[in-house]
Amino acid sequence: MTLFIDITSWVLLSLGGAFVFIGGIGALRMPNLYTRIHAASLTDTMGAILVIAGIMLQAGASLATIKLAAILLFLLLTSPTASNALASAALLAGLRPDQATIAKPEPDQ
Amino acid sequence: MNSRHSITARMLLLLVLLIIGWLLWSGLFKPLLLGLGAFSCLLTVYLARRMGYFDNEVFAWRFGPRLFSYWGWLAKEIARSSYEVARIVLNPRLPISPQVFEIKATALHPVDQTMLANSITLTPGTLALDVHNGVILVHSLTKSGADELLAGEMDRRVAALRED
Repeated sequence: MTLFIDITSWVLLSLGGAFVFIGGIGALRMPNLYTRIHAASLTDTMGAILVIAGIMLQAGASLATIKLAAILLFLLLTSPTASNALASAALLAGLRPDQATIAKPEPDQ
Repeated sequence: MNSRHSITARMLLLLVLLIIGWLLWSGLFKPLLLGLGAFSCLLTVYLARRMGYFDNEVFAWRFGPRLFSYWGWLAKEIARSSYEVARIVLNPRLPISPQVFEIKATALHPVDQTMLANSITLTPGTLALDVHNGVILVHSLTKSGADELLAGEMDRRVAALRED
């Protein structure tokens, strides 16, 4: 049973780490601010959910698990607010989403 | 129902919740920490009062257990669209087709509209830019993501939370 929990938590942590990593790659590859926010949201939603779920399995039935659940809840409530503030600020500053896409260089140059 | 009485009741309820939270999280009962906790809780309630937080119905009791089934559905959507966005990021051609469009929120209450906009932002691939008079301005990474949101399932589910 302990082995099963360890394997599940290991899988969750690795998957979460992979999503955080892909989110980082995406933030570098995307052409402008608005599309970069989409890539970054991989890290603060799916990455956070999987990593915290993995740690919760390690913590077992304890107060630490309840605290982790609270952290996840607050993270999921506040991170869209932060994304929204960022996007609103860009919009108010005059960065038009439909014109913001920078032309990508040709891949074979 | 914005009488002085109900505002006081909401403030007291928040204060009690904050104190329970403080005691539960810290687990320490030294006088200094209890004093700091009391100060923090009172300051939070005072600031929230100044921000006009208690003028609306802030506790979402009415959603009840339906909120949890909505969260379950939302978690499934987040998992699916995370996979989609991860595939786009790792695709060498980076097949994005950014779209900006407006959707109309069926739910009328500001808390419900906030919930819809935050759900849109939480789902990777779609981002709520602005909410104004119940119209949400959305930025989407792909055309298929925009079409899915315009089909309106998320809007219907959020509106259904409020029905009694």
